[in-house]
Amino acid sequence: MKLRVYLIFNQSTVTEPIIWKLAREFDVVTNIRTAEVKDQMGLVGLEIEGDEAVVEASVAWLGEQGVHVEPIEQGIIEG
Amino acid sequence: MSKSIVRALKCRECDQEYPIEPTHVCEFCFGPLEVVYDYDKLKGKFTRELIESRPQTMWRYKELLPIDGEPTVGVQNGFTPLVRARNLEKVLGVSELYIKNDSVCYPTLSFKDRVVSVALSKAVEFGFKTVACASTGNLAGSVAANAAAAGLDSYVFIPHDLEQGKVLGAGIFGTKIIGIKGKYDDVNRLCSEVAGKYGWAFVNVNVRPFYAEGSKSLGYEMMEQLGWKAPKHVVVPMASGSLCTKVAKSIKEFIKLGLIEDNGTAVYGAQATGCSPIAKSVKDGTDLITPVIADTIAKSLAIGNPADGFYANRVIHESGGWAEDISDQEVVDAMKLLAESEGIFAETAGGVTLGCAMKMIESGKLPRDESIVLCITGNGLKTQEAVADEIEKPRIIEASLKEFDVLAEADKAKLAA
Ligand SMILES: Cc1ncc(COP(=O)(O)O)c(C=O)c1O
Ligand SMILES: [Zn+2]
Repeated sequence: MKLRVYLIFNQSTVTEPIIWKLAREFDVVTNIRTAEVKDQMGLVGLEIEGDEAVVEASVAWLGEQGVHVEPIEQGIIEG
Repeated sequence: MSKSIVRALKCRECDQEYPIEPTHVCEFCFGPLEVVYDYDKLKGKFTRELIESRPQTMWRYKELLPIDGEPTVGVQNGFTPLVRARNLEKVLGVSELYIKNDSVCYPTLSFKDRVVSVALSKAVEFGFKTVACASTGNLAGSVAANAAAAGLDSYVFIPHDLEQGKVLGAGIFGTKIIGIKGKYDDVNRLCSEVAGKYGWAFVNVNVRPFYAEGSKSLGYEMMEQLGWKAPKHVVVPMASGSLCTKVAKSIKEFIKLGLIEDNGTAVYGAQATGCSPIAKSVKDGTDLITPVIADTIAKSLAIGNPADGFYANRVIHESGGWAEDISDQEVVDAMKLLAESEGIFAETAGGVTLGCAMKMIESGKLPRDESIVLCITGNGLKTQEAVADEIEKPRIIEASLKEFDVLAEADKAKLAA
């Protein structure tokens, strides 16, 4: 499967090579589609491709690293 | 009606264009897609006289709404009153104040009836039979009601702990209502998965570009009702920030089409302090929106990670406006003030709009001697909890004129004092 997500990095995670680590930990193909990185925070639009279970595990791992993972649709809930 | 002037869906980030389909993100950069038009095709054809000759609904501006044929859902929606708020003018010390009163929008008493009308009319054109949304209240009620009237099947997803009034306000229409356990992020993720998997028209996901355009009708009406003029200042409540960007777009379109003169309108955003990521970015002078965990009584505005936050920030900045946020107590006080001074019972979002306007008048961001429009977007009957403890309880007496005389005397004495 191919999952499309936004990764939101905070001040402490923004300087870490987390996407590189992700590809080493899990058998997934990562493809950065957009990125905006400042010193306080970073936003990366990422495609993660692989077996469903592996993709899901990799997303859970990103959360453990302190990266906030959002669906690319972002705020789905509205007033 | 002449042929639709809709040209394409266009990525707001990389300008890539896409055909008109139920899709909402750019394949290349994940940027949001927006409907773009060939305005030149309307030159000389879309006149004040033509618009004025049509029924008083939001569809009198149909050339600027992204459907191909005639609307099929929500044909009667919109065209709410624009009220000159003379009592509030005195209280606030301003010279020209108006309220665009969408708290009485047909049929479910919020401006969401505008966006839903466009989204569902477009969904019908696309051939969808089932429509859906994820909502904290107003959107759920509007989708449920408009779908029922149009004979469409509907699913609405809500947080499981939503207020009873809003659950009832959607459930009564016979929609399939799903309460979701979990935090905001969990709910968000599930709904994006559902939207991706089931072939439904999810109004705020795959038909969002069309849905969002419906908000422009509030701006069109405001300008027509002001006598074909844009105000100097307009204050808009923000959740995702979409309405704010679309009010600005409506003004630009009317200028481009020669329907009004450019009045240099500044756009102002209003949020509750407990969920103010857009207002904060404006005040901090940055265009980076930092997501927050929402905590405010203004639940209809409680979007911690606003999808259009960046664009709302830009519109506010470019127009020379500003943004403000206020505490929950200030929201309640403003709801009461609006009700007592103008006879308008708005929901918490209305309190946010008026309260933020007051704060910006005090701080000088909103000048006192120029025209101001406040967008009041939802009805107070849906958020009664917010003010239930604030209103005077009825004084209970026997059915006796004597007892009433005592009360009346006391009131008279109080007035004289
Ligand atoms: C009453 C009311 N006003 C304003 C808004 C803000 O809309 P937007 O998400 O377009 O900023 C909403 C919904 O989200 C709402 O329900
Ligand atoms: Zn793009």
